[in-house]
Amino acid sequence: MSILINKDSRVVTQGITGKTGMFHTHHSIEYANGKQCYVAGVTPKKGGQVVEGVPVFDSVAEAMAATQCNVSVIYVPPPFAAAAIDEAVDAGIEVVICITEGIPVKDMIRTRDHMQGSDTILVGPNCPGVITPEEIKIGIMPGYIHRKGRIGVVSRSGTLTYEVVDQLSKLGLGQSTCVGTGGDPVNGLKHLDVMKMFNDDPDTDGVVMCGEIGGTDEEACAEWIADNMTKPVVGFIAGVTAPPGKRMGHAGAIIAGGKGTADEKIAALEAAGVSVTRNPSDMGKLMLEAIQG
Amino acid sequence: MKIHEYQGKGILAEYGVAVPMGKACFTVDEAVAAAQEIGGQKWVVKAQIHAGGRGKGGGVKLAENLDEVRQHASDILGMTLVTHQTGPEGKVVKRLLIEEGAPIQDELYIGLVVDRSTQRVTVMASSEGGTEIETVAEETPELIHKVSVNPQTGLTTAEAEGLATKIGIADTLVPEAGKLIQALYQAFWDKDASLAEINPLIVTSDARVIALDAKINFDESAMYRHPELQDLRDLDEEDPDEVEAAKFGLNYISLDGTIGCLVNGAGLAMATMDIIKLYGASPANFLDVGGGATTEQVTEAFKIMLKNSNLKAILVNIFGGIMRCDVIAEGLVNAANEVDLAVPLVVRLEGTNVEQGRKILAESNVSVISATTMADAAEKVAAAAAGV
Repeated sequence: MSILINKDSRVVTQGITGKTGMFHTHHSIEYANGKQCYVAGVTPKKGGQVVEGVPVFDSVAEAMAATQCNVSVIYVPPPFAAAAIDEAVDAGIEVVICITEGIPVKDMIRTRDHMQGSDTILVGPNCPGVITPEEIKIGIMPGYIHRKGRIGVVSRSGTLTYEVVDQLSKLGLGQSTCVGTGGDPVNGLKHLDVMKMFNDDPDTDGVVMCGEIGGTDEEACAEWIADNMTKPVVGFIAGVTAPPGKRMGHAGAIIAGGKGTADEKIAALEAAGVSVTRNPSDMGKLMLEAIQG
Repeated sequence: MKIHEYQGKGILAEYGVAVPMGKACFTVDEAVAAAQEIGGQKWVVKAQIHAGGRGKGGGVKLAENLDEVRQHASDILGMTLVTHQTGPEGKVVKRLLIEEGAPIQDELYIGLVVDRSTQRVTVMASSEGGTEIETVAEETPELIHKVSVNPQTGLTTAEAEGLATKIGIADTLVPEAGKLIQALYQAFWDKDASLAEINPLIVTSDARVIALDAKINFDESAMYRHPELQDLRDLDEEDPDEVEAAKFGLNYISLDGTIGCLVNGAGLAMATMDIIKLYGASPANFLDVGGGATTEQVTEAFKIMLKNSNLKAILVNIFGGIMRCDVIAEGLVNAANEVDLAVPLVVRLEGTNVEQGRKILAESNVSVISATTMADAAEKVAAAAAGV
């Protein structure tokens, strides 16, 4: 098993006719069961085309009616990406994974409000996507560094996730599912939501979580872990050296008003029993020790 | 994006927020002329820089006649203002705001932020204006009142007036204050602000409610739909290296250490800074070259890092995903040939096409210290910087 996506997922790419959408759909189709999983694309007014071997529709609703797709991945440019999420939500897609970086925060506030009462799960935006190794890859991560296995990975950043996955794979620790929650302040799944899913997944034995400065997502997750988590968790928080008031690349990665520092997050995780390392080279090793513990 | 106080007040005034009469000035003569034009017996001479704490640093002075306006304006213009937000190097003052002096009776606080946990805009109000709100939040959190705003309705009259009442505004002034807070919310929402603070919001002895200060930051991602705000950008207030880097699509932030870092991805870039620190050295910058850096971008990144006279070594840490290591390696070789690489260069490549990338570096004429893991790279770059 796994969380969020698996070999039976039926994926629609929103923004499939754009350069980025086409490129990543191509590589995702080539990965594991991609050929079976990727069933549709959507670009308004481009319905009827075939891109990367999948039929293109004008809307998500049409794509669903024709292909029963239940997962969407979004590569739509920032000005239109929030509307693309709304469209997928309205059509009743189960999991929406939004890769697009640079969506205005106000658009995301509206979209999150629009999602109230809906069952759709949103991952991202501004995230690398989700992968269940050797089954399905939805996003921009390099598939080949992953191995099928029993460690869950959740992270706010892209390449830092690849770093931890690579360490795990080289130590022989495969991954159940890897989830990038994204670097934006207003987004879908948080660390806490993903941690609960991994805790409930019988095929996940332990979790590596990578956090970073800004917000209190990691603290909220730590609080839940302390009372509920039944599996070992290894943590790393990026940004110990980040100065306050400076935005470190991600819109959400900023220490504001003295809140959201790496030290606070590390302390919260340690208090919750998480094995935290300050050395990003040791994340995999620490997980191995925790599992063998 | 940040703007100056006077620009923020200009935007707020358009939305009907009461602000003191005032004028932005670039010279001492302009300042005196502005004071004459504004009239009255008291003026405030305020340094305009993109940082808070200006009063404490000597950047805000009260003048009781035109000679004092002239004196304060000439003292403040051109001074290097050091506040808790400017860093020890301070900021040179190039603009002033001359304002009518307002008879302050009460100093209050209003702030608006995007709240990540509620995923909405939160309006905060406090009776404790004039001080740092972080201190109030820490010591007397019960004095901060909050409303989480429904994006569909906006801030309602009842909510705005409720906040006004809670922070001690007299009943007769509550409708006026409520309108001001609503106007502030509307400006925040329409202009895609990410933060707005009025500290202090004042009640005057002649019973007016006025925004005496205005700090507004905007969401960079939304600036494409606000051409009117682009004109308000003051590049003098930004780090020239950061501005230069942004032209090339590089995300660069100057820091005070000695190790230049070139990394792909923001999270990995922060982690790289952290591991450098862990091995006893200190990062000179944050630099995220993004997911698809070109040779040109890598070259520019090197040029910007090498401008730093504190630089003792450079660490390149790339985890190739979509970005292939061979492309990065070629970029590095080209860049190293184009610029005078006067400091040791440690390179750690991992991921897609890593073997080809390492081969390109090994066969090049560039002197590279290659590293395997992040820890190995950090150890090597710290040693190289120390001259070991």
